Amino acid sequence: MTSVEPGGSEVNDTDAGYVDGNALAGPLSEVFAVDVTTATSRCANCGCTGPLARLRVYKHAPGLVARCQQCGSVMLRATRTRDAVWLDMSGAVSLAIPVGET
Amino acid sequence: MAFISRGFHGRRPSAGTKLPPGQYETTGFPVLSAGPTPRIRKDDWQLSVTTETGKRHVWDWAGLMALPADSPTVDLHCVTKWSKFGTQWQGVSLDVLLADVETSAEHVLVTSYGGYTTNVPLADLVDGKAWIAYGYEGGDLAPEHGGPARLLVPHLYLWKSAKWVSGIELRQSDVPGFWETAGYHNYGDPWREQRYQGD
Amino acid sequence: MARAAVPGRLGDRLRWRIAEVAGRRVESATAVTLTLEIPDWPGHLAGQHVDVRLTAEDGYSTQRSYSIASASNGRSLDLTVQRTSGGEVSPYLVDELVPGDQLELRGPVGGWFVWRQQQTEPVLLVAGGSGLVPLMCMIRTREAAGSRTPFRLLYAVRSPSDLLYGSELRQGAPGLDTTYLYSREALKDSARPPGRITPEDLARGGWPPDFEPTCYVCGPTAFVEKTAAYLVLLGHAPERVRTERFG
Repeated sequence: MTSVEPGGSEVNDTDAGYVDGNALAGPLSEVFAVDVTTATSRCANCGCTGPLARLRVYKHAPGLVARCQQCGSVMLRATRTRDAVWLDMSGAVSLAIPVGET
Repeated sequence: MAFISRGFHGRRPSAGTKLPPGQYETTGFPVLSAGPTPRIRKDDWQLSVTTETGKRHVWDWAGLMALPADSPTVDLHCVTKWSKFGTQWQGVSLDVLLADVETSAEHVLVTSYGGYTTNVPLADLVDGKAWIAYGYEGGDLAPEHGGPARLLVPHLYLWKSAKWVSGIELRQSDVPGFWETAGYHNYGDPWREQRYQGD
Repeated sequence: MARAAVPGRLGDRLRWRIAEVAGRRVESATAVTLTLEIPDWPGHLAGQHVDVRLTAEDGYSTQRSYSIASASNGRSLDLTVQRTSGGEVSPYLVDELVPGDQLELRGPVGGWFVWRQQQTEPVLLVAGGSGLVPLMCMIRTREAAGSRTPFRLLYAVRSPSDLLYGSELRQGAPGLDTTYLYSREALKDSARPPGRITPEDLARGGWPPDFEPTCYVCGPTAFVEKTAAYLVLLGHAPERVRTERFG
């Protein structure tokens, strides 16, 4: 896997422009103590559910934009500013994060 | 102390003198997108200007082409830190489109095919500072760069120059757009390095 | 699924670490493997990746993600990097770095596109080009664990000279079947003419859907898109098809 941070594509990146939600793992590891790409989310627009790892992530942008793999609507946005990570999950109804049994 | 990668320079020409703070020059034209590229046929294309009273002015492609065009040459500054100098565009000045529009609004929410939005003060779209651009370097504007037509507001960071523009909403109050609600600066002046909220 | 805590992520937020290049091995005309030593490396799961950050003297910085190629050994890890012509980062990693150099690195990350040795169902690996790297990590992890879980690998690659890990794959392992799908130029005695991956390739070299294999597909976005669609068409449940697309 190779990928690109905000700033534009490598010259011959001519593919569809998105990668899998797996690519959220690194940036979100800055805020979450567990891997959230295995968490199950529900799309606020179409209601489908699945792990964040299966979302379509557009990363050639000022932030990461994760879209529903079914309907394409924005489910999650993550932006890294100088001193904060902005996380917008208004496109996701819920997020079930596996943490192990108590 | 910050870590330095020995021998790493990046794919960048030597810095010019016109660079805003924190920017690097590129000679390519990186494609940034937050979603799939909309494919809008010119036959189906429309641009609307809506005032705060709800009055709607609409142009189709032929209507846009019938308006007097400008050929601005401008520098682009992307918030992801690349700048590109001397880009040549063809398009219609917002002054032309707004000439017959009566408004006392100060704020604009720009909307795009595909759902993107961005907010700009009306004062930044008039007096020769902004265009609806449909030509780039002598050809049609490619879909990945916002064709058939995009907003071009080169004195602000490029995220304000909405690709695939479909609507100009004049509003009494300011409504932050897609990136402005996700940590980016509300105004976005590259020369004052207004990248993020609080800058 | 991932009910236990993910090894390597013991409840800490990740920070950037400094890794030292301990070895460099040429894999093909355009790819090298870098062996990185990282103090206190927590180990990793097969299929996980790391983020690499490069910073120039004037402060310019950029980062990329790379899959880990080696089985976890607690000390070091291998990254195989394919040079992208005109690229910004890969030519630096492939051509410039020498043993003794340092890199900034964050990881391991990713808990979805991973294979764990507790999994007992058959596994289908489908690689497009350098998409082989995380799948090779799964093959090596299986071998290091002495696992008998049956693996099948379909490796789509331009030509025999573009193969990564050629001799290691030729040597093989018990319970691992490998099929090569050359897209441009095949070996002279090959029964399959050169061409892109087809549903027949997947039916012939993969597992019947009844066996309920887990399928891991990694490669360029267009390749993964097509392959995943074929697998579902052949009757594999979508949730059993795990994908990793390059940007």
